[in-house]
Amino acid sequence: MKLFGHKPPTTAWVGLTIVGFNLLLALLGPFIAPYSESQSVGHTWDQGLIEIEIHNGFVFIWNTFGPWFGADPGDYVPTKGALILGADQIGRDMLSRLIYGARMTIGVALVTTVISFFIGITLGFAAAVLGSWVDILLSRLVDVILSIPLLIFALIILGVFGSSIPVLVLTIAFLDSTRVFRLARALGMNLTVLEYVEAARLRGEGTWWIMRREILPNASAPLFSEFGLRFCFNFLFVAALSFLGLGIQPPYADWGGMVRDNAGAISFGVLAPIWPALAISTLTVGVNLVVDWFLSIEARPSGAQAEM
Amino acid sequence: MLKLIATRALLGLVTMFAVSVLIFICTQILPGDVASAVLGQGATAETLAVFRKELGLDQPAYYRFFDWMFKALRGDLGISLTNQHVIIDELLPRFQNTLFLAGYAAVIAIPLSVGLGILAAIREGRPIDRISNILTLMTISVPEFFIGYLLIMVFSVQLGWFPSLSTVFPEMGFFERLYNTTLPALTLTMLVAAHMLRMTRTSVLSIMSSPYIEMAFLKGMTRSRVVAHHALPNAAAPIITVVALNLAYLVVGVVVVEAVFTYPGIGQLMVDAVAKRDVPVIQACGLVFSGVFVGLNTSADILAILVNPRLRHRR
Amino acid sequence: MSSSATNEVTGGDQRILAIKGLRIEALNGNVIVDNVDVNLKRGEVLGLIGESGAGKSTIGLAAMTYARAGVRITGGTIVIDGVSVRDLDAAGRREMRGRRIAYIAQSASSAFNPAHQIIDQVCEGPIVHGLMTKAEAQAWALELFRALDLPNPDTFGFRYPHQASGGQLQRAMAAMAMSCRPDILVLDEPTTALDVTTQIEVLILLKRLIKEYGTAGLYITHDLAVVAQVADRIKVLRHGKEIEEGTTNDTLHAPKMDYTARLVAVRGASEAERANPDTVKDDVILAIENCSAAYGPLTVVNGVSLTIQRGETVAVVGESGSGKSTLARVITGLLPPIAGRIAFKGEPLPKALKERTKDQKRIIQLVYQIPDVALNPRQTLGEIIGRPVHFYFGTSAEETRKRALELLKLVELPADFIDRRPMQLSGGQKQRVCVARALAANPELIILDEPTSALDPLVAEEVLKLLKRLQVELNLSYMLITHDLDVVHRIAHRTAVMLKGSFVAFDSTQRIFDGPYHPYTEKLVTAVPVMRTDWLESVLAKRAATASA
Repeated sequence: MKLFGHKPPTTAWVGLTIVGFNLLLALLGPFIAPYSESQSVGHTWDQGLIEIEIHNGFVFIWNTFGPWFGADPGDYVPTKGALILGADQIGRDMLSRLIYGARMTIGVALVTTVISFFIGITLGFAAAVLGSWVDILLSRLVDVILSIPLLIFALIILGVFGSSIPVLVLTIAFLDSTRVFRLARALGMNLTVLEYVEAARLRGEGTWWIMRREILPNASAPLFSEFGLRFCFNFLFVAALSFLGLGIQPPYADWGGMVRDNAGAISFGVLAPIWPALAISTLTVGVNLVVDWFLSIEARPSGAQAEM
Repeated sequence: MLKLIATRALLGLVTMFAVSVLIFICTQILPGDVASAVLGQGATAETLAVFRKELGLDQPAYYRFFDWMFKALRGDLGISLTNQHVIIDELLPRFQNTLFLAGYAAVIAIPLSVGLGILAAIREGRPIDRISNILTLMTISVPEFFIGYLLIMVFSVQLGWFPSLSTVFPEMGFFERLYNTTLPALTLTMLVAAHMLRMTRTSVLSIMSSPYIEMAFLKGMTRSRVVAHHALPNAAAPIITVVALNLAYLVVGVVVVEAVFTYPGIGQLMVDAVAKRDVPVIQACGLVFSGVFVGLNTSADILAILVNPRLRHRR
Repeated sequence: MSSSATNEVTGGDQRILAIKGLRIEALNGNVIVDNVDVNLKRGEVLGLIGESGAGKSTIGLAAMTYARAGVRITGGTIVIDGVSVRDLDAAGRREMRGRRIAYIAQSASSAFNPAHQIIDQVCEGPIVHGLMTKAEAQAWALELFRALDLPNPDTFGFRYPHQASGGQLQRAMAAMAMSCRPDILVLDEPTTALDVTTQIEVLILLKRLIKEYGTAGLYITHDLAVVAQVADRIKVLRHGKEIEEGTTNDTLHAPKMDYTARLVAVRGASEAERANPDTVKDDVILAIENCSAAYGPLTVVNGVSLTIQRGETVAVVGESGSGKSTLARVITGLLPPIAGRIAFKGEPLPKALKERTKDQKRIIQLVYQIPDVALNPRQTLGEIIGRPVHFYFGTSAEETRKRALELLKLVELPADFIDRRPMQLSGGQKQRVCVARALAANPELIILDEPTSALDPLVAEEVLKLLKRLQVELNLSYMLITHDLDVVHRIAHRTAVMLKGSFVAFDSTQRIFDGPYHPYTEKLVTAVPVMRTDWLESVLAKRAATASA
């Protein structure tokens, strides 16, 4: 099967499946989740179907198929394995919270990335097309902002304004747009020196027209890949902040916060914090696999492959 | 050459100044009134006024900035709002802990990833390259805390080889400290090594496709000689940049890893301060992190100038 | 490899290189070289000539059993001095490369490793192949440097590549190729990247080098006149297939195939063809007075004055860096001059593009050198040509499309091209689209910036004809910027010779070429290879005469 005129390799199919599945979860979450995100249905850190135990260096993944083998479906009694992924720190169903969390975690990262791209591309192209002082001013400003590590900068802003979802989204979008700015400016620079852009300029076309009609269509492929990468970055960024207790605040379920809330379970050998962390990892791996395929379409073989 | 280095060093200082201005603006000017921001809406006008005076908010902004900066240069970072501790005393030992952890990770990560990166590049498209591509892609995609908890699950909870919490205290011996910080250091290593490996591979590959590499092959040189003699001297500058970039990333990545292993580093300090909205501590930590970041980038650029043959031998 | 095979291919003849039935394919299955034979005797030079995409460089590299990434050798035998190299293992091939057969690339500045001194790179071959000790290799390198007329040969080698000029590096690369005293040299467009005046120097030295050391050569180029100077025989290639092969004299004077005949004819056309004087009207369109322009502190154009009349073609010639392209930027307003005046039909033209009215922008149009980057790959021809029509004349979508179709017809492109994108066009067709886009504005002056130098000779010929026809039909004025004196000869009414930002001569084309010359003009004119086998010798003789006089 072909996609965008190319045949995706296996890795890309894996990635596409993961991304599609997650988007589905985010869209349909409440309809498929077995319980609600705030309903307490078990006891603290009830074990799920899967546990890991290591004996003498061997890893055993141990399954108890409780619900399928005798547990009463109408009964919320915390039988071992009644909840597929177990319960969280206050006895809520881990699986349901994961499904609800998809919408919040993915949504925030997506909105952030869209805003970041809008700011970054507009300013980046403007700097490239207009040049002179606009370019110098914006570039220097971005240089300074990027001299402060992004996470640290975000911490500073969140520390001053306090954490709420709008502050979180705007802060990360603003910080991330500096990276997009750099890429967009570099792409724009490479394109503005081309003769067809000069031709448009000589004709007397306005800056906006040149950015939209001459530059954007020719920069779309690398920007599209970058969107995937920046989404991953922002997604991990939001998760990390939530994990530190400074991102999305309760009562909303979000994957980073769920890791934090269940962190204590790890010392009892309970997998509770692993599930949300795994969910985060799977989605980023998926997006990266797709982006990797996209990049490999554009790439040319390098000299290291020549026949020796 | 010397002039270039001096210019770059000066640029580093200017950047640092600009960064401190930016931090100051973000913490003191953007919020409008720090005092009401910290005390919240419930505070009375009276307590606010007292608190403002305490913070020196009655002074003009530029005065406060230079006051803050000159004190910071002398090592006086102010006093914590929440526990009234002198910030520098609390910050220094924690900073040392953080540097220890980052250094530990760097010592493992740099040789590993640069070596493997070069190997993957010269074996482009072969199995070792593909495997490393997929493995590093996975590692990059995974959040720090996931790796951290997996390592704890396996090496601490199940196998009991290492402690799950990395407690360190000043009297601790070097090897005990090393032992206690192994898991966080491994977590950091995995994170940074993947990035470093991929970037090293890319920069070596871009060199391997230059015409002078083809020329060397056409002169009948062996593959190993072409790589060692023709590619690597030119790859040094980009690799140095890659390493520096990732070291900077390491210092920042430390924030999350410290939280996972409740390691008493500067990252934890900052996170706590942010949660409590303790502005002077946030400022101080931000300044230290940015200082390390700018310092690393500046030294990387200077090193890259030093190894660049075009700059070493001017016309 | 069996010994009988060896005997068979050697056959007791003098062939140092025998390639038979060579087939090279791209990884996507496209055939790049199809069933080509190459035979080279000891001490003989064979010219491989063809347009871009003819597969000539690929054949040159294949002679070294080397294939670039993305292509591979799929058939044929390659025998060097009796050894079938395709049957050798990697170590055996390395033994051949550099030692028996060596390569001179087009761009020396990128073929030298920036990290090492030139002498180390020149000596690397003989030392690593175990042919010489370091001292021997260095002594031999110095001898080669001297033979190649490099400045300060004793110390030249200790420079780094970025410390030498392009012409010097090209000669140093010749020394590097000769370092192992190979039997065969593969010369891949060795003078193409150089300026005309430098090109002739390097050409003379290469020819001398090959003769002196009795090396056989495979000389790859697109320029028939250049190859005529050095080759004993010429093989003409097209689309990866052989067209014909013959002695240099036969190929030039009695070509067997039609394609070759056309190639020769194009190169010879300048001798006969001249610009048509009837098109010129006594009506000055553009007048530039004492214009100077600078990039920052660097003055690139210095006090230039020029007029162009209606229906006239004025050529500005010069080498790269002479300021001729900058002059075009000044006229278009992209680079406002620091001094001087520009007037269009007597009206002063504002210096900066921003200050010019829409109509002032419309009357001057530009056609660029490289059509690939002059057309937005994401737009259809309809959009590319239609945009200026709509932009300047405010036409409706329907009128715009109708006008675009007319313009396509005017530049001799089929109407159904209107919905194609530039990628689906050949180089010549793209350049026609560029011309159509310029015409869409109904301009009075078109600036042609090297309009044919990125095109293959036969295609360039067609584009030139088109430009001449349009000048007559539409009464256009051209300002032609080029380094190619052939083109100047054929279409320019008047010519300005530019050197370091100033005009050293500005007169009718006839008088510029017939003399009396300004010394620089003479240097420029005599450096252009003429398609005679004895041209290089005659230039040398002439130079010797002036030197002794």
